[in-house]
Amino acid sequence: MINGVGRYIPDNLNSFVSSDDFLNKKRSLIAKKEKQSKTVFLDNLSEVFNIIGISSGMTLSFHHHLRNGDKVIQLVSEEIKKRDLKNIHLAPSSIFPGYTNLVDLIKNGNITDIHTNYLNGPVAKVISNGHLIGKLIMNTHGGRARAIESGDLPIDVAFLSCPVVDKNGNGHGATGKSACGTLGYAISDLEYAKKVVLVTDTVVDELEEYQFDGKYVDYVLVIDSIGDRTGIVSGTTEVTKDPIGLKIAKDCANLLQYLGLIKNGFSMQTGAGKTSLAVVKFIEDIMKRKNIKGYFSSGGITKSYVSMLEQNLFDKLYDVQCFDLEAVTSFAKNKNHIAMSASKYGNPFEENPICNDLDFVILGATEIDLDFNVNVTTDSLGFLIGGSGGHADIAYGADVTIIISPLIKSRIPIIKSKVMTVTTPGSDIDILVTERGIAINPKRQDLCQKLKDSQFPILKIEELLDLSHKITGVPKDIIPDDRIIGYVEYRDGTYLDCLRKVKDEYQR
Amino acid sequence: MFRSLLFIPGNNPSMLQNADVFETDAIIFDLEDAISINEKANARNLVRNYLKNSSVLPKQVILRVNCYGSEWFDNDIELLKTKKINCLLIPKSDKDVISAVFDYLVEFEKTNQLDETKIIALIETAKGINEIQEFAQNKRLIGLFLGGEDLASDLEIKRTEQGNEISYARSRIIYVAVQHRLIPIDTPYTNINNPDGLSADCIYSSSLGMKAKACIHPNQLEVVNSIFSPSVEEIEWAKAVVKKFEENPNVGAFQFQGKMVDKPIINRAQKILIKAKNFNLL
Repeated sequence: MINGVGRYIPDNLNSFVSSDDFLNKKRSLIAKKEKQSKTVFLDNLSEVFNIIGISSGMTLSFHHHLRNGDKVIQLVSEEIKKRDLKNIHLAPSSIFPGYTNLVDLIKNGNITDIHTNYLNGPVAKVISNGHLIGKLIMNTHGGRARAIESGDLPIDVAFLSCPVVDKNGNGHGATGKSACGTLGYAISDLEYAKKVVLVTDTVVDELEEYQFDGKYVDYVLVIDSIGDRTGIVSGTTEVTKDPIGLKIAKDCANLLQYLGLIKNGFSMQTGAGKTSLAVVKFIEDIMKRKNIKGYFSSGGITKSYVSMLEQNLFDKLYDVQCFDLEAVTSFAKNKNHIAMSASKYGNPFEENPICNDLDFVILGATEIDLDFNVNVTTDSLGFLIGGSGGHADIAYGADVTIIISPLIKSRIPIIKSKVMTVTTPGSDIDILVTERGIAINPKRQDLCQKLKDSQFPILKIEELLDLSHKITGVPKDIIPDDRIIGYVEYRDGTYLDCLRKVKDEYQR
Repeated sequence: MFRSLLFIPGNNPSMLQNADVFETDAIIFDLEDAISINEKANARNLVRNYLKNSSVLPKQVILRVNCYGSEWFDNDIELLKTKKINCLLIPKSDKDVISAVFDYLVEFEKTNQLDETKIIALIETAKGINEIQEFAQNKRLIGLFLGGEDLASDLEIKRTEQGNEISYARSRIIYVAVQHRLIPIDTPYTNINNPDGLSADCIYSSSLGMKAKACIHPNQLEVVNSIFSPSVEEIEWAKAVVKKFEENPNVGAFQFQGKMVDKPIINRAQKILIKAKNFNLL
């Protein structure tokens, strides 16, 4: 059938209707686990497998707070390989380029199904090329929390990296030699997985504060190192120097100011790309110039926001994951740098998720189409290069959602008639800011009215598409393979789009 | 009329692709100093293809060709056939060079049935500075552009942040340009990571009488445009003066805001408004 964003979804699946359709549904919750026995400390992964009885067909989950520096998923992968377990369903919150052990496991049928929010690197490549036997489900950070708590994504064993654990099995991310900051993505795994294994390299007698409550923890596996914390900084931490990026960032900040969105008590979130960081810098300048203080910023937190908190430009930071080591340090020492779980961040069924309190968000796009649907999951050939993360969660929640992007990336226009993959429905996207013009989603007539007498170069998105074609010519249509390799799942559990194998002629 | 002119190296495809995006009054596509000898032909081809094929061009297109008499000059001039170039920037300009380029262009335009090509003299030698009066009346000229770096090299002196060493050249170019109704264009500020230094340099050269400044990085444009544009206060003042004058055009002089306004002041106000209109500041 054709779903609410005009995409084909097989009839036996739950199709996306609209981004607020979840309001017609009730929250579904399975019981939180109740641990019967004391937490057991072990120092051998093989023993953990033996005691729990990890076997073929099970679902194993992980979080990605150590990002590209994480070693736990690599270690568990080695053990799966050693035991030649088959049909494993993997449910990490993200997959980074460093998780190379997964590649052979996918090719050999050890891992056959994957649930994740984001993936990049060699694993993304082998799945794009059609090596995953089962299906890849790409959902959002808030959607993953919903799926776990509802039982849609039942987890047999959660292996949760934890920088410090006390003797009662309580765990925290702020200290320890592998401190990575908040552990927001793992809270649902902790509370709802059938078995929970904290994996740590630092054990202390007692933690006064903790994010992981020992009452949910079955085992603690103590190893030499859970990872390289410098690998957290696998994203971008510096403001762009590219003049096009700076122009987009400045226009975006000026637009926000014109719309009156930078005001006392406002709240915001941005991505961690170089251009997004430039927007943050320009917003900071405006706040200082106009003596404005915001209420909060949220999301993955970078040193830019830490600096603004320390300068008293925001009351609070709500942090689901730290994007750099400055954020880790801030989280450990600043009481106004507050951890939030993925559920509190973006679960549609959470009572007051933080994403719903956002005044505006600044997000990126790999592609955007004439209906304002955004793709951040695949490139223009269909290769998996990312995923929603919190994109669709905050695009829905924020009052104003702005996409910033150059009109042309590597000679490819970012505006398409139809995006290759819908990650975020166009109904939740309000404004597109490019270096050659700004397009407003016509459904936001309030914004169109506010901007109609402004000096901003406001164009229809169709006009921006024509302009890009004048520069690059009209790109050849890319037809993906017929074989469905997975699905993009919206935060409410419905299916937004199919993911298809990259055609053989485009494979690399 | 310019405030800012941005150099883009001819061999940089991504900069060429975005040339229309930068908020500058003119783009100078550079085939000369920014391009190594091995890259000359590639850069020229890239710029030619860009000019021929792009339907989205900058407001004004200026081409910095290689020196007259160099092995690349003739091929550089061929790009005029695209009919997309508003003006040529002629390096190492002096009396002989401008005269020779004039004659060359007359012949080239005749052969290829092209309109008259305007030129900007890039004055970057002591000889060029000394001979300005002898070529500034050339009818193709629209501007005199100070090349501070090459001039310092010719003088065997060091360039400084303060720029005292080019004060004479700046003033000479300004006075001759104004006399011949040409645009005096200031040398670029080369430290692209020092916006405060750029600002101070612009304020100083503007106070001397420079009307525009070349930029070597897009991030310099905002500062340059801001300082070489009439300010909001100046525009409001000019509007009020011109309005009062137009209410009673037969009065030779009148009082405005406690000060005497006569013909030179009215002329200045009118020039400010022309500039403001040209730069979309009204």
